[in-house]
Amino acid sequence: MLKTALSALWKGDRQADRVVPPSGFTAQLTLFVAATMAFLAVFALALSLASGRLATIWGQELARTATIRVVAPVDQRAAQTAAALRILETTKGVASARALTDSEQQSLLAPWFGPELAIDALPVPRLIEIIEDKTGMDPEGLRLRLAAEVPGAVLDNHNRWRAPLVKAASRLKLLGWISTLLITATMAAMVTLAANAALSANAQVIAVLRLVGATDGYIAQAFIRRFTLRALTGSAAGMVLGMLAILLLPSTDDAGGFLTGLGFQGWHWLVPLLIPFLAGAVAFAATGAAARRTLKELA
Amino acid sequence: MIEFENVAYSYGGGELLSDISVKLAPGSFHFLTGPSGAGKTTLMKLCYGALLPTAGHVTLFGNDVRSLDRDDIAMVRRRVGVVHQDCQFLNHLSVAENIGLPLTVSGRHAETGGDDLLELLSWVGLSNRADALPPELSGGERQRAALARAVIMSPDVVLADEPTGNVDWEMSQRLLKLLVELNRMGKTVLIATHDLGLIRATKAQVQARVLRIANRRIQLAGADL
Repeated sequence: MLKTALSALWKGDRQADRVVPPSGFTAQLTLFVAATMAFLAVFALALSLASGRLATIWGQELARTATIRVVAPVDQRAAQTAAALRILETTKGVASARALTDSEQQSLLAPWFGPELAIDALPVPRLIEIIEDKTGMDPEGLRLRLAAEVPGAVLDNHNRWRAPLVKAASRLKLLGWISTLLITATMAAMVTLAANAALSANAQVIAVLRLVGATDGYIAQAFIRRFTLRALTGSAAGMVLGMLAILLLPSTDDAGGFLTGLGFQGWHWLVPLLIPFLAGAVAFAATGAAARRTLKELA
Repeated sequence: MIEFENVAYSYGGGELLSDISVKLAPGSFHFLTGPSGAGKTTLMKLCYGALLPTAGHVTLFGNDVRSLDRDDIAMVRRRVGVVHQDCQFLNHLSVAENIGLPLTVSGRHAETGGDDLLELLSWVGLSNRADALPPELSGGERQRAALARAVIMSPDVVLADEPTGNVDWEMSQRLLKLLVELNRMGKTVLIATHDLGLIRATKAQVQARVLRIANRRIQLAGADL
């Protein structure tokens, strides 16, 4: 039955379309609603996919890095840094480790202190960047060894600040999917309201059609086709506008990176293309249900 | 064709019709008469599945109406042409398209372009009104358009509910002549009317039986007419 309904929808029946009078204003409202919902759905999807991406990055890539701060008087700092690096060379699970240079540390601090600061005048701790290999290292063991041999070295494997960020990103992703679901449900509700209005406005037309021997399927088809096509075209327009808006977002730079990363990457650009089809399917089902409900009550 | 067996119908309150047994044989011509509110329209509706009997059996073309689903009822209506007293049309389509509507909805739209429709239009005298919209028609023109629409599928049965209710005597004679012609072509005809003059005038042209609804039952009216 669904197959025949779909093929009838595809082929269309110009005559069946004509038996239901055209409805100018409400038709435009349905188009508008479909467009708006598709526009919003694009952003909800972008939010879900982008926060999902962030959660992955924070969860996986940052998990394989750690930092050692060497806090020592200026005259001992170089020696302690060298000692810490020697320990790291013999630590299992460390792929590479290197001390940041003065100029790198200066650029890290520049956002707070400004570029003119003479960093060597301050007791700034030296940072050592550690990149782990796939097996990962044992942070507790490393801490013990550092405590014994390099008293000024503090290991930070980023767990403390990473965990809540990953949690927040996952929560955002969930919110994005819930919004997408709600938008779909709202769309179904709107189309049902519009279809019900159209069906009751055309009660006399339906009565005449039943009298001259039209089947419920024929009558329903005229309405289903109309609303499905409206939802399809409206949401296609809304989807295109939404994608354009995402494209025109200020481009991501390194400084604000993870905050302005809203958007699509790679194959994710294809996901919003599904929106019009989903909207069409929702309208198809909603109008069909409304029509069957209304027709069942008629003679 | 259409058979009633101990049929009763009630609208919730009391029974409007009870113990109705009647048979419309192929090619017969029946009048249905009785006072206003006696149940003429209800009985007509039982004949094309718009209402289901509350008791007894209505058989349409050999099938009990209760065993028919909504699509079956639609198929029955393609074999039964109905003319209502207040005929309704699709007001956004022309008279010609409205008359061809039964063909359109049964997937035979191509035939509306043929000569049959033109012939039918001239038979009911609406050739020059083919492109008009239904709201522009007079009462008599509406009745004739409804009759044309009722017969375009070449139905086996034509049911007319007060077809002459809104028209003058001359027009009612014309309509009746069309119905008599249909009966001569072999169609079963049932006309509900309270106009006894019309019945008398018709009896001269065709062998018609008169069913009268009185006291919720149907009686075969005799020679008093």
